[in-house]
Amino acid sequence: MKKMLITLFLFLITMSVVFAETDNTLIPVIADSSDLIIDEFNYCGIESIEVKDAPNDDGTALLIRWEKIKDVEEFDGTYSLYRINVETGKERRIKELITNETEYTDQGLYRNIAYKYYIVAVNNDFQISTVRVYTEEITTTPNWFKKDKIILLLMIIVYILMIVLLVHTVRKGKKLFLRRLAGIDALDEAVGRATEMGKPILYIPGISTMSDIATIASLNILGPVAKKVAEYESRIIVPNRDPIVMTVAKEIVKEAFTEAGKPDAYDDNDVFFLTDSQFGYAAAVNGIMVREKPATNLLLGMFYAESLLLAEMGNTIGAIQIAGTDAVTQLPFFITSCDYTLIGEELYAASAYLSNEPVLMGSIKAQDYMKAIIICFMILFLTVFLTNGIINLFTDADIGFFDGIMNVIRFVFNT
Amino acid sequence: MFLKKQLPLLVAMFMGTMMIIQFFIPHPFSKNVYSTILDWLMIVTAFTLLIAVQSTVQMHITKIRRKVTDWQSSVIVLTALGITVFVGILGGAYAPTNILMKIFPNVQPGSDTPLMYLYIYFQTPMQATIFSLLAFYMASAAFRAFRARSFDATMLLITASIVTIGRVPIGQFFYANMPEVVEWILNYPSMAAQRGILIGVNLGMIATSLKIILGIERGYLGGGK
Repeated sequence: MKKMLITLFLFLITMSVVFAETDNTLIPVIADSSDLIIDEFNYCGIESIEVKDAPNDDGTALLIRWEKIKDVEEFDGTYSLYRINVETGKERRIKELITNETEYTDQGLYRNIAYKYYIVAVNNDFQISTVRVYTEEITTTPNWFKKDKIILLLMIIVYILMIVLLVHTVRKGKKLFLRRLAGIDALDEAVGRATEMGKPILYIPGISTMSDIATIASLNILGPVAKKVAEYESRIIVPNRDPIVMTVAKEIVKEAFTEAGKPDAYDDNDVFFLTDSQFGYAAAVNGIMVREKPATNLLLGMFYAESLLLAEMGNTIGAIQIAGTDAVTQLPFFITSCDYTLIGEELYAASAYLSNEPVLMGSIKAQDYMKAIIICFMILFLTVFLTNGIINLFTDADIGFFDGIMNVIRFVFNT
Repeated sequence: MFLKKQLPLLVAMFMGTMMIIQFFIPHPFSKNVYSTILDWLMIVTAFTLLIAVQSTVQMHITKIRRKVTDWQSSVIVLTALGITVFVGILGGAYAPTNILMKIFPNVQPGSDTPLMYLYIYFQTPMQATIFSLLAFYMASAAFRAFRARSFDATMLLITASIVTIGRVPIGQFFYANMPEVVEWILNYPSMAAQRGILIGVNLGMIATSLKIILGIERGYLGGGK
């Protein structure tokens, strides 16, 4: 197992080195030397200008690069970049006031149309130089693969392999240790308390849509929670802000009650749509809290500014509150107002804990290994960065090797 | 069973894999596929609004029929829903309809529609009212959080006091570099902690997505297994 992970890790590093971005060598279009007149009114100052198809795009962008003449006297004016549509002959200034830049990406172009570019100098009296340096004609080309995302693709492949591998290991009978989550452990107690008090449980699946992974994670938790509620013959109220989430939630709760052998206890009116207005939803849920006085509030999913309104109201009515979200900005509010909070990734892990399925446990372990790989990369970068700095400080040794490693790691993180 | 379990799993697997592949292909063909899927999503979303209306009407009618506690609120909800629908259909959404202009001759093509009137003068103030409650809730939550009962709570109290004072003009009066201190707290210790959580969140997101695509996670289908 460890060997496999080490091999995967090495494979990732090797591929990072292989695919690390190298500067594409371009054949520059050298300006005619007769154009390079160093004159007050006919100044050019551009040694070369080149255009190439922008990489990793849908064929609507071109990359223009230019180089200034280094051995001429300082020119304190600016430059303007022009585009020529070769078919229509129309010219358009696309970038002005260029001083220190040496490249520009021209976006929003049409495919299959030839373009040409040129640069002119503009002096401080806003006089435009008559000397122009042109590029060759070029048409855009759409790409079939985002090369700059290669590491991401490799990581997804490695991640899938890890999940499959660990799931396979767990299926073979190996036991994995997973840290307990206090919030999930308290769930039984919370449902039991509600049953004893004869009060309902309020489950809020966040205010986002089904396209949000946090909402899906919340609905994954809803199933086991609803089953527990059904077993205790208690009542669960699920108000929704999104109609699709409501439809899925209805199905989940209904299935859970059926699985628990209590299909008659399910009330279709307990899983309902409220409103899609953010604060309208908060007001309505607060109203439900005040009227129904639920013994337990579960706030799991994606929340925004309404998080504190909901959590504080729950606190006021004295309900046990278990919250969980991946919205970093809302976490402090939940930690302050709720009894238990699932922080970030714990929300995604909760369904595995609740279902106790070994297959899902394996996937959580894969998450941990992936985190270990990322931390390894960060430590490697930090070590190389510090070593580089220390060597630079005390010696004049050539340490291009370290720069190379750092560039590779930077490339990995950038993608 | 196939229609209820296997088919949704197959659809999720196919669409999930397709969307991953689509992300790595910048070609216009791939972009067209993506925009077509977004169009489908919009169409499906439009239809789900009908389900939302059906759910709301059904729930409130049941409450009125059963005469549950505060059933009168349900009458208000249904009346408001009916009025909004009527006003929207009769008067138009963004521009007044011809019928409205015939009934009320002083309504011009550039005038606000009754629906917009309801939105601007009813819904927006009501939303603002609820939003403004946040300030009071924040004060009560802060009071609870900042009680120095433990070392962690004391640290939180000190840091929060510095950030709060540094964010108002009086902070600079006490110490000239106070805003810089606050910026440092927010940009380094606070940001480092946030990024730590975010790395976990993103991995969790990817893992959950992959589990759904691979058919390992089926909780969202109901029933759990």
